Amino acid sequence: MSVELDVFVGNTTIMDKEVYQLWLNGYTVNDAVKVRIEGGVMEECEASAEVLLSDTMDQYRTFQMCERLLHHPAKLANQLLFQIPPDRQAMLIERYYAFDDSFVREVLGKKLSKGTKKDLDDVSTKTGITLKSCRRQFDNFKRVFKVVEELKGPLVENIRQHFLLPDQLARDYAAIVFFANNRFETGKKKLQYLTFQDFAFCAGQLINNWTLGAVGKTNNMMEDMDVDLDKEFLQDLKDLKILITDKDLLDQHKSLVCNALRGKTNVFNEMEANFKNLSRGLVNIAAKLINAKDVRDFFIDLVEKFIEPCRSDKWTSIDMNLYLTHYTNSAHILDTFKHHAVWTRYMGVIKSCILRMYHD
Amino acid sequence: MPGRLKAKIVAGRHLPVMDRASDLTDAFVEVKFGNTTFKTDVYPKSLNPQWNSEWFKFEVDDEDLQDEPLQITVLDHDTYSANDAIGKVYIDIDPLLCSEAATVISGWLPIYDTIHGIRGEINVLVKVDLFNDLNRFRQSSCGVKFFCTTSIPRCYRAIMVHGFVEELVVNEDPEYQWIDRIRTPRASNEARQRLIFLMSGELQRKIGLKVLEMGGNAVVGYLQCFDLEGESGLVVRAIGTACTLEKMSTFPATATHPNNSSPSKDMKEPGFGEEAPGVPLSSGPPTPLRAQTFSSFSPSKSYSRQSSSSDTELSLTPKTGKISSCPVGHLCHFCMIPPSPFCVFQEYPFFTLTIFPPGFLLHVGGVVSARSVKLLDRIHNPDEPETRDAWWEEIRQEIKSHAKALGCHAVVGYSESTSICEEVCILSASGTAAILSSRFMQDGPLDTEHRFEEVVSPGCGFCHIPYDELNIPFPAQLTYCYCCRRYKVPDVLFTTIDLPTEANVTGKGCLIQARLCRTKKKAQGEGNAMAISNLLPFLEYELHTQLMNKLKLRGMNALFGLRIQISVGETMLLGLASATGVYLTALPSPGGIQIAGKTPSDITYEQHISNMQKKINDTITKNKEQYEINPPEVVEEIIGSPIPEPRQRSRLFRSHSESSDEVSEIDLSHGKKDAFVLEIDDTDAVEDIHALLTDSPTPAGNTSMFTSVRVFRLNANLTNQGLNKIFSDLCENLLKSLYFKLRSMVPCCLCHLNFTVAIPEDELIQVAVTAVAMSFDKEQTLENGKRSGEKTLIKGKPCLVSSTPFFLFSLLFLSTPLSFPLALLLSTASSMEKASPLPEGRSRSLRSNRSYSGSSVAVVKMTPLSFIPGAKIIKYLGIINMFFIRETSSLREEGGVSGFLHTFIAEVFAMVRAHVAALGGNAVVSYSMKECVFMENPNKNQAQCLINVSGDAVIFVRESELELTSVQPQSATTQTSNGGEGT
Repeated sequence: MSVELDVFVGNTTIMDKEVYQLWLNGYTVNDAVKVRIEGGVMEECEASAEVLLSDTMDQYRTFQMCERLLHHPAKLANQLLFQIPPDRQAMLIERYYAFDDSFVREVLGKKLSKGTKKDLDDVSTKTGITLKSCRRQFDNFKRVFKVVEELKGPLVENIRQHFLLPDQLARDYAAIVFFANNRFETGKKKLQYLTFQDFAFCAGQLINNWTLGAVGKTNNMMEDMDVDLDKEFLQDLKDLKILITDKDLLDQHKSLVCNALRGKTNVFNEMEANFKNLSRGLVNIAAKLINAKDVRDFFIDLVEKFIEPCRSDKWTSIDMNLYLTHYTNSAHILDTFKHHAVWTRYMGVIKSCILRMYHD
Repeated sequence: MPGRLKAKIVAGRHLPVMDRASDLTDAFVEVKFGNTTFKTDVYPKSLNPQWNSEWFKFEVDDEDLQDEPLQITVLDHDTYSANDAIGKVYIDIDPLLCSEAATVISGWLPIYDTIHGIRGEINVLVKVDLFNDLNRFRQSSCGVKFFCTTSIPRCYRAIMVHGFVEELVVNEDPEYQWIDRIRTPRASNEARQRLIFLMSGELQRKIGLKVLEMGGNAVVGYLQCFDLEGESGLVVRAIGTACTLEKMSTFPATATHPNNSSPSKDMKEPGFGEEAPGVPLSSGPPTPLRAQTFSSFSPSKSYSRQSSSSDTELSLTPKTGKISSCPVGHLCHFCMIPPSPFCVFQEYPFFTLTIFPPGFLLHVGGVVSARSVKLLDRIHNPDEPETRDAWWEEIRQEIKSHAKALGCHAVVGYSESTSICEEVCILSASGTAAILSSRFMQDGPLDTEHRFEEVVSPGCGFCHIPYDELNIPFPAQLTYCYCCRRYKVPDVLFTTIDLPTEANVTGKGCLIQARLCRTKKKAQGEGNAMAISNLLPFLEYELHTQLMNKLKLRGMNALFGLRIQISVGETMLLGLASATGVYLTALPSPGGIQIAGKTPSDITYEQHISNMQKKINDTITKNKEQYEINPPEVVEEIIGSPIPEPRQRSRLFRSHSESSDEVSEIDLSHGKKDAFVLEIDDTDAVEDIHALLTDSPTPAGNTSMFTSVRVFRLNANLTNQGLNKIFSDLCENLLKSLYFKLRSMVPCCLCHLNFTVAIPEDELIQVAVTAVAMSFDKEQTLENGKRSGEKTLIKGKPCLVSSTPFFLFSLLFLSTPLSFPLALLLSTASSMEKASPLPEGRSRSLRSNRSYSGSSVAVVKMTPLSFIPGAKIIKYLGIINMFFIRETSSLREEGGVSGFLHTFIAEVFAMVRAHVAALGGNAVVSYSMKECVFMENPNKNQAQCLINVSGDAVIFVRESELELTSVQPQSATTQTSNGGEGT
């Protein structure tokens, strides 16, 4: 005797969160059944393996039929085929668009192209995430990227509205889109210690402060206002060079910072010795940002030019915070330094990024 | 020209891409009714076209309005080649023809293609202007209401129940016409779909005419079926119960709320305080005015028989003598007597109803059934209905004579079915012989007096034997009623009706199912029919034995809602009997089960037997505990049994046209051992399922309807026993699977479990189940706990416990405290507060429907029950009767047979929901999937499936909302009407 056909259809579509997760994780039906059996659902409900298999197949079919709709979450609420309560719809969407941090670290900043997609099996082997799941996550990134690429207005808001995602997830996607668009380098060995959330935080800072949309200059909803950095601002950043090219200014800046920090930190000597190097590092990064290629190296530069020297001198986060605060503020007291607005806009982001990135 | 149909095509959305080059579609719409077609403009390059057409007007006869569906075809315009069809929508406009049903059809309807399934949606508006036509020779029957529900619909009262109506129409099946060889599968499917729409429209119209002739205005318990006979044709037949219904006074909140507002009153008589279905008691006596209106339906009016209709002589053409003996005066007289003027003056005193107002059902005799085997290739005139009419007539006569033999004059819970395999067709009919209240019949006032006394004991009266105890047609063991001790009752009772609301029941009920599989030799023609006829009695006998044994094993003594299905295949016969078992307080406690060994000399065998016996006895004890069956201890007194030795007998009448009047008695005293072993397995399974049920749940609004279909391939060369075991396991596994799936709803119960078996091919068994799972709200259970004082009070009286609609049909079963009317809970102040923090239950309510952000889809509930727990049905919008065909030639690509059928069933649900929402409804009650014919050809990568579904579209309002509305009736009315539109 064999089962030729076995379907179960509810007026209200019945879905099991656990099975959904297994499906999302790219398990085959048989693997999913194994996981469920190990999970002890059989003892709980006195069910047999057959029952589990039948149930899993049913659910997988349902999910496959839903997947098409999940690609355009707004359709899920307007379609007639499945009657799904709103809270379930939200769950389906949220989980479908959820991603693994370890996966996203592998593709963050890469071009979301076919070439990258072809390399996903390597990513799969490396991360231990099934290829199927990798593909889904990659396609999600690509889909969101494509949709918001053509939209005007604030990035996070666009993602939230178009994909009906919760706020945090929408922000994460904004970061992914932002990184993909600017092609920030994140894969270098020196950057491996950084998590996706570190980058997402930095992306948020950049989006909120360095893009066109950030300054509120553009009420006329310019295209890509959140995705591209403010060119004018990048141009202005070149003016900051005076802080390191003018020797007087550099010395003055140094003495102001050192006076303020003296006795307040254990690494004062190292700080004093390194001041000029560190300051040169940060100002040079600023001055180079006008070149797209250097934008890509933004994070690696921060690490090499600033974070690593400090780390080797064993600064604590408190030291770091103290230093950056006084470093930023002292510049405003300098007589001949005129670029206060640009300096604030630049250092605000740099400070929070470095503080976030300064960990083991 | 008595009617004008108006249709407006508003917009489309989610259309498929028809032009690969542009990834867009140039869509336009054809609107067709009868032979008239209108077209919209082409809306170029869009997947979401906005046609916003003018009103297309069709001026047509109301006869056509009833027969024809409105056909909407969406096409893609192509300048150079033929326009491609995207899909079609058929709209049944019947609901618009009745003033009390829907007034407009408006909403998004799925565009359906028989090859591709649903392809986008279309927004339409349809209205009908009817002009009054008082021509009494008219062919139409506009305005007659149809209900699938097998009880008096909830917001109506029955002025009179006229009785049985039936009709049958035949046509050539397009699938078997010569043209089918040259046309595309799509064209063939569409021809078939359209034909069936037409035929059911015609059928409904003809039944409506009969109802009008009888003086009624509605058909209740309308059951329509298709027989796909193949070469010999396509038959659509329907039966129903003609009634005169009257809408109950205005908004239910105002009418019933005062009753419920006093909990103490409900405590005293919850059976009546809660508005039971179709209990007109609480709505006041009919006024003389009503009697007057009614008398205008005088049966003495001249009849206009249609020669074209297929009257089976018996049912419609009433003998003149009978009719004239029921003059107008009499009718008025009936109506003056409250509460429920049922009237029986028909050749066939059959009723498709399964629930009756209290006092209507006097006695129940037992199940009567008749089957006959026919050969379809022997029909002389296949295009005419006469032969089939004669077949059914024969069967109905037999049913009638069986009822008579049981001393009964009526048959209730009546239904008819067929099973077809190649040229062999088994026709079956079954019902419950009963005596109905004769107060409203012509017997005269003297008799009325006498009968009236009997009705005094409503809790047990229906169990009292209707037949003469000295002249019983079969051996039975009679005792005095355990309730009133005045009348005789049988030892067990099998019925096809639902448990009467007033019945006294001890403990809880449960699903009892008997399954049987019998092999038969492949044969042709006469020989085949003969072989099947010979097998049928055995099949029925064994099913009956199984039912009886299983009933006893659970310590119960009565079956309700019994449905026996016999399915015929090339090499086997399948039998499946399902029912709800209960312990009727009035009937004696069932005896134990004895095992008789065949070879008493063998000691080990003896031991085995005694072990088995012990096991069985233990199971019975355990079951009694589980179902809370603790009948009050009574001194056993067996009086007046005409049979000397006390043997276990039952009354199930069966017969076959071949062996007509042979009344087969069933002797259970020598049950087979094998059967018992089987049962022990079953018991375990049922225990599993029962674990779902908790002890003190209250129904919450959280219900979920589903359909499950399975097809099994059997290995060849199985013995009868092997087959039986497999078939039984199959059903058990299906139940287990359902139990597992619905575990998230626990505590819950499965209700109205409807099994359908079929043998689509050699060695294939198809089982389809439709049921509704009801969960109980934990919060409310808590609330119950707080009010435990009152609760125990109610528990103390078992007769009250059963007095709710929740006990009615359910098979797999509800525990008793369920029977709390929700109204009772909600009528107190404390429950008011509680009613609001129920996000789950309320999330599907009307108001919250609209609050879903961005969603334009109204939530539509579907249930096979005739009610929605925790809600009141405030309007019936008309019958939903839809037929779909789906075919594929890329089966593998669509996920194999399971993927194909899964999609199709989901699509059918979606289309039913959309049509209900367009009528302004938010639920379908009495939903059933009548037909699910699945055929596959894996070698050709093809499959085809036909599904027929039906139900009543309704508007319901949650009790909790009604409560609010009673405070502000004004806003309430607007709210519901708005909500009904289904935004």
